Amino acid sequence: MLAWTIYISFLGVVVLMLLPQGDARAARIVAMLTACLGFVFALGGALQAKLGEIRTVTQVSWIPSLGIEYHLAADGISLTLVLLTGLAALAGILFSWNIEHRAKEFFAFYLALIGGVYGVFLSFDLFLLFVFYEIAIIPKYFIIAIWGSTQREYGAMKLALYSFAGSAMVLIGLIAAFVVAGGKTMSLLELSQFPFPHSFQMWAFPMVFVGFAILAGLWPFHTWAPTGHVAAPTAASMLLAGVVMKLGAYGCLRVAMSLFPQGMDAWGFRVLGFGSWRDVFSVLAAIGIVYGATVALVQKDFKFVIGYSSVSHMGFVLLGLMTLDQFGLSGAVLQMFSHGIIAGLLFAVVGRMVYDRTHTRDLDALQKMNLNKLLPFAAVSFTLAGVASMGLPGFSGFVAELQVLIGAWHAFPTLAVIAGLGILVGVAYTLRALQMAFFPETPAPPPPEHTPKLEPISLPERLGTVLLLGTALLIGLFPGLLLDLIVPSFKSSLFEGLRKVSGL
Amino acid sequence: MNALPLLTILTFLPLIGGLLIVGLGPEQKQLARKTALAFSFGALAVALVLWALFRPSQGGLQFEEQYGWIPRLAVRYHVGLDGLGLLMVGLTGIVVPMALLASWKIEERAHLYFALVLFLQAGLFGTFTALNFFHWFLFWELSLIPAFFLIRLWGGPLRASAATQFFVYTMVGSVAMLLAFLAIFLATHEFDFIKLAEMGRDGSLISALSDQLGWRDLTTRRLALLIFAGAFLGFAVKVPLIPFHTWLPFAYAEAPTGTTMLLTGLMSKMGVYGFLRVLLPIFPSEMRWLMTPLLWLAVITIIFSACAAFAQKDLKRMLAYSSINHLGYCLLGVFAVMSSSTMAASPLTEKSAALNGVFLQMFNHGLTAATLFWFVGFLEERGGGVRGLNEFGGLRKVAPVFCGLMGIALFSSLGLPGLNGFIGEFLIFKGAFPLATWATAFSVLGLLVTAIFILTILQRVFNGPLNDKWSKLPDLTVTERAMVLPALALMFALGVYPQAVLGTINSTVAQMVQYLKF
Amino acid sequence: MSYLELLKLAAPETILVVTALVVLAADLLTLRDLELRMRFLIGAMISCVGCAAAIAWMLALPQHADFAEGMLVINPLTQLIKVALLVLTIFTLLISIETDFTPHAGEYLALILLAAIGMLFLVSSEDILMLFISLELTSLSLYILTAFNKRNAQSAEAALKYFLFGGMSAAFTLFGLSLLYGLSGSTNLTQIAAAVQGPKLDPMLLLAIVLTVIGFGFKVAAAPFHLWAPDAYQGAPAPSAAFIASGSKVASFFIFAKVVMLGFKGAEGSGAWHACVPGWVPVVALVAAASMVLGNLAAIVQTSVRRLLAYSAIAHAGYMLLAVMSHNGQGLSSLVYYSVTYGLTTLGAFGVVSIVQQRTGGDRLSDFAGLSRQAPVLSFCMMIFMLSLAGIPPLAGFFGKFYVFASAISSGGLGLLWLVILALAMSAVSLYYYLQVLKQIYVAQPPANLPVVEAPLLSQVMLALLALGVVVLGCAPALLLGKLDTAIRLAGL
Repeated sequence: MLAWTIYISFLGVVVLMLLPQGDARAARIVAMLTACLGFVFALGGALQAKLGEIRTVTQVSWIPSLGIEYHLAADGISLTLVLLTGLAALAGILFSWNIEHRAKEFFAFYLALIGGVYGVFLSFDLFLLFVFYEIAIIPKYFIIAIWGSTQREYGAMKLALYSFAGSAMVLIGLIAAFVVAGGKTMSLLELSQFPFPHSFQMWAFPMVFVGFAILAGLWPFHTWAPTGHVAAPTAASMLLAGVVMKLGAYGCLRVAMSLFPQGMDAWGFRVLGFGSWRDVFSVLAAIGIVYGATVALVQKDFKFVIGYSSVSHMGFVLLGLMTLDQFGLSGAVLQMFSHGIIAGLLFAVVGRMVYDRTHTRDLDALQKMNLNKLLPFAAVSFTLAGVASMGLPGFSGFVAELQVLIGAWHAFPTLAVIAGLGILVGVAYTLRALQMAFFPETPAPPPPEHTPKLEPISLPERLGTVLLLGTALLIGLFPGLLLDLIVPSFKSSLFEGLRKVSGL
Repeated sequence: MNALPLLTILTFLPLIGGLLIVGLGPEQKQLARKTALAFSFGALAVALVLWALFRPSQGGLQFEEQYGWIPRLAVRYHVGLDGLGLLMVGLTGIVVPMALLASWKIEERAHLYFALVLFLQAGLFGTFTALNFFHWFLFWELSLIPAFFLIRLWGGPLRASAATQFFVYTMVGSVAMLLAFLAIFLATHEFDFIKLAEMGRDGSLISALSDQLGWRDLTTRRLALLIFAGAFLGFAVKVPLIPFHTWLPFAYAEAPTGTTMLLTGLMSKMGVYGFLRVLLPIFPSEMRWLMTPLLWLAVITIIFSACAAFAQKDLKRMLAYSSINHLGYCLLGVFAVMSSSTMAASPLTEKSAALNGVFLQMFNHGLTAATLFWFVGFLEERGGGVRGLNEFGGLRKVAPVFCGLMGIALFSSLGLPGLNGFIGEFLIFKGAFPLATWATAFSVLGLLVTAIFILTILQRVFNGPLNDKWSKLPDLTVTERAMVLPALALMFALGVYPQAVLGTINSTVAQMVQYLKF
Repeated sequence: MSYLELLKLAAPETILVVTALVVLAADLLTLRDLELRMRFLIGAMISCVGCAAAIAWMLALPQHADFAEGMLVINPLTQLIKVALLVLTIFTLLISIETDFTPHAGEYLALILLAAIGMLFLVSSEDILMLFISLELTSLSLYILTAFNKRNAQSAEAALKYFLFGGMSAAFTLFGLSLLYGLSGSTNLTQIAAAVQGPKLDPMLLLAIVLTVIGFGFKVAAAPFHLWAPDAYQGAPAPSAAFIASGSKVASFFIFAKVVMLGFKGAEGSGAWHACVPGWVPVVALVAAASMVLGNLAAIVQTSVRRLLAYSAIAHAGYMLLAVMSHNGQGLSSLVYYSVTYGLTTLGAFGVVSIVQQRTGGDRLSDFAGLSRQAPVLSFCMMIFMLSLAGIPPLAGFFGKFYVFASAISSGGLGLLWLVILALAMSAVSLYYYLQVLKQIYVAQPPANLPVVEAPLLSQVMLALLALGVVVLGCAPALLLGKLDTAIRLAGL
């Protein structure tokens, strides 16, 4: 059933390509149905899950001479992220309901991207995982280049090249691992059990980790993210920040940390105070948290604020991964889910609700518009999304950040305090954006009579908002729903090497 | 445990009310107002029921409810009420309707205003009944949002920076507190206040901290103090203690009247409540080690705020600093209790007296300060936004009822015997003096300065030559008189018969003191 | 062995010769009065029939033979390569149907067939003399094919450059081969290897290796012997360029691999980063590195799509040389897979370029603007081809690269990792210029006065078939790999 999330997405692409040019309405409906079905399959798969086990969905031999299999499977972590994809996809389509220009191509690229993402989360063969990972790059390029806004061609190319460079690094590591392990299999489970030589792991780990972390927005390789997010159309930003960045973090956990856990051991010597790759990446993650938040604080463009906030939040994910602590790791996965939902909502408000109507994202210009009167729904949505993003208890971000901080206390106490600082700067930039965009200090004089009123918030937008906010609230109040999936997954055989290294 | 989950009902009642009002939409202002008032009276009713059902002789928690919530993180839905909680819940039940009545005339987006007040009330109820850090913190933070918007959207000219400062300041404290408690969780895998209090009492908390968190060769004591500092910061900002107070006068001055009543009457009590519920039971040793600096912080708070109040020219700011001053007495009492001085004849009695005084002071100040701000609100509204100390004069001639009633409230704030303000302060000083003599002695200065500035208000605003501008100032209408009368009656009642409250809280106090004996 | 036996062995080639003559005759005698397109159509049909017949013969009568010690070697592997070459030839012929650059249809088609014959013989030879003859047959035919557009000065210039370079490199090759003969006393590759093998590397052998590599390097357009390629790809008529890019590459690489694997066996050396041992492997490694870097970097700045494809061909030659470096069965398998799929992809790309060039008159990037809205099928096929060249899964180009890199490391050890890292880095760079093409097609707005591009049905079908092939071979490489691995095993490599 879970494999159908992938197939239905690509089937949707084919159906869309066959639709007549110019019929935007049909394209939307097909896309929506496909996304709904995908989410239903994902939910079904999640409900059927038995805790702690890795359930194989499909396993067939693909290229026997190289031992490559078409192996789809899911454990709790995969299920969490598949659910995220389903939700984000559905919300994205709801918020793209107004696309008219070349609509069917838009939705075709969109569904292709979703299909690729589902594939990455469900692959348990490294070759297959890489195939899906790369499949996701090209639709991104086109969506941004054709339907984007500010500097779209530059932003799209930068994103594509950065992603491709990152995946090139990953491929080097994968090929090396494949060959060193005898060239007989690319199965994730088998390779995670293989005793790679210590010296090999010492360079393979950072190579693969950085390759994936580029996509996850690790500082200082994050510069594609703000440019790309701002250039992208709303639905693409929602997917990019919400799901695609998580692909990188997922890869870090699933591939780099599972296959080469000894790469995180101490080097035996210290350079600038760092004694292992773990030290390096955790500090980079912490820098990312604070840097992203601080830069967000001074932005003039509303969308850039959210773009940099994504970099900051992903820093939490990467910090959580590096803590190698049961709370930190499960917090990292939960943060992947939570940030995906919340960032999606933030981009939706900024892009669809505000920019599509006011045609400006400049905070100074918005300040003159008194938007809380004109778009009260948007004001309330952004307020709630903003406080969720701040990490207010009651929303999913709080539980996730809480766990990451516990893990950080365990592993890197100083970094925990720095992360706390990052949360505070987060409060500051969210408040600033909220106030400048929606609640100006001096209310503007009412606009002259003949100014066209802003169009009201449509039903699909409301539905999308309710969907995303509801999920954030649900998981915030009952995080056990997802934690029950996530935490037992760390006990599976896949993470055995990781457990040995970290004493989990 | 009662059959009905009263505390849950109490907390969720205003929440539901708020959601209903939001759903009503912006047109139905009058309906919104009436619904809000109805719900707040409903909450008051539940509070009274709780009061009636409370068994004063029993010292521990009553109306306890416990459900599992997030087992992996040791988070349980654990609520309960003892004397302290009951007092706070009662105070909330009383002050919120007052605040709603004071805000009756708000027109712009009225429905949102009233909904936000109810959300705030739910947050307060949640904070005062929660016994597990996770959901206590949830309500603690959740109460910030309505307060922020209440100041931001309906406040005075400088409301943007006031609201932002208020929010960010409190958040800094909250984040520090969060970090501290997460460290505690890492060491003990516990979030429950009761269990943590046990661990604090028998010293196992400190040893757990040093066992589990061996950081960079910090000594056990330093580590415990570091964690304590984090938690302390969270509450110190809320009370507030000097030097973390700078957000308060600004926020109180800019907020609309009803909101200021809530801020001073209830939200400031969250801070002191936190000291009593969280810091004192869980970190007794750390507080003992730091007793002297903490006492002096309290003294500085008392004296400085009183002097600052005296120096203000804006009535609202004067009362704001006066709030800080009155809460300073509460903290004096709290810190004095930590003492193990043998100067006292029977330390337990003194400590009980001090703590009783603290509880009473919290309740009384909440009532009195809220009423005072209400009166200033009347003045501001009639005067067209004017509330400077020197702008008025001789109002007694034109609005005698108003002056009379406000005078009562002012005297209560001063601590005149016969009114409710006296008893609390008296008990605190009586209990603290033997325990922390010098500190208490210096704090008397605060009393003196308070008396001076309150009398100054009386003189400048009520007496003196009548400013011609105000010759047409209308007096309190009948409705308004009816609205403030219950509060004033309560002030008298408690002043004359404090046993009504003392009887209920005494056993809780006794148990607390027992736990804290050294 | 009797002449009849020889005829049976060389039947495919013979069929093609006959076909070429028939096409010439038919065009000369009967088709003169028809319009050009008809002449091309009929001529191409006859040629395709001939090629198909040759394929059918090979599939129906598989043989194992070794005529005259390596002059003509028939085994399942060479049959497979020949089938692939003939398929590429068929597609080239189909591309040429819609062209109008020359009135000499018959001659053109016959020359294509002659070049194909040369390639077929090339693939079957394990004797250096036969090798040289076939190489010359192919090259000479290709020179003329390049010059065929008499109305375009660029075509003549390209052909002249190609010819001069080719002539010089033929000289190098001959010199190298003759050195080998001198060292070993035999013209058969296996015997040469046996004779020159020794504990120490003979400096003469090293010289022979270098010269041979130069010669072959020219043929496959590897840097620094690539200078003819951009002009040839740009100036030659589209089908010729397509054929040079596809068929010639496949044949040349295969024979290059055979020469180094059979002929220089024992003199491999090592190209490892820290343990370089003289031999042919380090030489090839240097050439490969130079090709990858130069090809990719130069392609970035191109504005003509054909030149872009030329430089990308240089880069891909670099990748394929990596496969040559892993001198074992797996390496050969990866080389064949890569070159065949590369051939299909390039053919397709040139097919699209040819159609666009005919309608708009140029092959600049701007001539492709907005193509996706005018010719969606064409654009989609071009997307497949470009992405396959970039190495995006699930297309054949990705698996080809993966297989090549994996076999390089697997045979050369982690010491060769530096080359793989370089290859992947350059591959990442290449995405930029392939996306530039796609950007024009999908993203850019068409200028108002651009003539509408209508693709004829036959071309669309052909390109769709090629694209389908690329996708299928990418998603299910086992289809080709299975046969390939068996063939290599049976060939004893």
